[in-house]
Amino acid sequence: MVLRYLYLMRSSWPRMIELVYWPTVQMILWGFINQFLVGQSPWLAQAAGLFIAAVLLWDVLFRAQLGVSVVFFEEMYSRNLGHLFVSPLRPHELVLALLSISLMRTLVGVGAAALLAMVFYHYSIFAMGLPLLAFFVNLLVMGWAIGLVVVAMVLRHGLGAESLAWAVVFAITPLSGVYYPVKVLPDWLQPLAKALPSTHVFEGMRAVMIEHTFRYDLLANAAALNTLYLLVGGAVFLAAFHAARKRDLLLHVGE
Amino acid sequence: MTVAAIEVAGLCKRFGEVIAVDNISFNVPSGSTCALLGGNGAGKTTTLSILLGLLLPSAGTIRVLGEDMLKYRYRVLPQLSFTSPYADLPHRLTVRQNLSVYARLYSVQDIEGRIEETARELDLSGFLDRAYGSLSAGQRTRVSLAKSLLNRPRLLLMDEPTASLDPDTADRMRRYLAAFQRRTEATILLASHNMQEVERLCDDVLMMKSGRIVDRGSPQALLHKYGRDTMEQVFLDIVRAVDD
Repeated sequence: MVLRYLYLMRSSWPRMIELVYWPTVQMILWGFINQFLVGQSPWLAQAAGLFIAAVLLWDVLFRAQLGVSVVFFEEMYSRNLGHLFVSPLRPHELVLALLSISLMRTLVGVGAAALLAMVFYHYSIFAMGLPLLAFFVNLLVMGWAIGLVVVAMVLRHGLGAESLAWAVVFAITPLSGVYYPVKVLPDWLQPLAKALPSTHVFEGMRAVMIEHTFRYDLLANAAALNTLYLLVGGAVFLAAFHAARKRDLLLHVGE
Repeated sequence: MTVAAIEVAGLCKRFGEVIAVDNISFNVPSGSTCALLGGNGAGKTTTLSILLGLLLPSAGTIRVLGEDMLKYRYRVLPQLSFTSPYADLPHRLTVRQNLSVYARLYSVQDIEGRIEETARELDLSGFLDRAYGSLSAGQRTRVSLAKSLLNRPRLLLMDEPTASLDPDTADRMRRYLAAFQRRTEATILLASHNMQEVERLCDDVLMMKSGRIVDRGSPQALLHKYGRDTMEQVFLDIVRAVDD
């Protein structure tokens, strides 16, 4: 399945460009905002590149989610699901393939934007060191979990539900405290925000960049929540697959 | 005694109030070519989908190549294959890339050799490095058949194998399938409403109507039973019998 996707990428330059285009545009936009606000805000001035780091890490989650869902949509667009599901490919093997492709897409897309941030803004996210790996893995896993739920919804409701792939992540952006601390949110929203692994990652990122401390408690929260999210994502996908087999959606899936 | 490649008993599929397959039972002997013949909505595609495991039945048992298909689907899948106008292949990939992906999924040995061999048999060698999406409908149908033969299936399920083909391509396809069946002794079950195809290819015909099997026999036996000259006349007699 990974090979099939690599063949597709090789044959389609718009898909290759799309991989790096949005992360780069986002990084450039937030880089300028960061440059402007550093001079205006003492809070932001404590850590150069705070917004650039935030947008790059946020794109890890977004790209990871799209890496799962959009790659699955490709099989639906090409009406290939019928062939795939009568081959010996098992659903969990398909899921593992989607996750592997998602990892590759995320590394290429966000990696390119991170390298360009070094050129444009002289900011290297890699200077964060090992904590960056912890943040990356947690956001990647959360993106996978959301991607599996989006795939399940599209499998169940048809391609008409594909806009969820973009909408879901945007909906949780304000809650995740990507660009501001969670305490900015109203009291009643904070428990909801803390139920998201991403919130703990971005709190942890600010702790590293502003206080120069790595908060193991936040990492543990994010990892525990992600374990739960991934299990739920996998279960929802398998349940949708089972429902699709009951409702004859694998061969006739459409709008 | 002939071993059955497919054994179906009491098979039902309901979608809410709609009964798509209504308590059908049948066997398909190994090495035979059998047709599910019926009009639109007769339940042919639904039956094939259930046999493939793409669709779960509401009731009934299915044994394919000696295995319980509902319990041990993944033991059987490597030995069967299917083609259908409802399933396509990625258009941007070349024919060789598409075949290569499926050869890997089926754990085919000597992938390049097998692709070349299958392409030769189906007269596809000239198209191997062209994008699948750039091929004509007839060429795509041959590629789809090539994909389904890569794993040397013991059971081939085909849904309307010559739909959308011109008479010449359809004839070549039928000749190829007849030769393939003789050479490999594979079992073929095809769903069709093309009478010519059924008369020419099949040893046995299951006539379906409204989700039920309403008659069964060899094309010759059915022609004799209904006192008709062509399967098309037999088909019309059966389809219109209750309606009129």
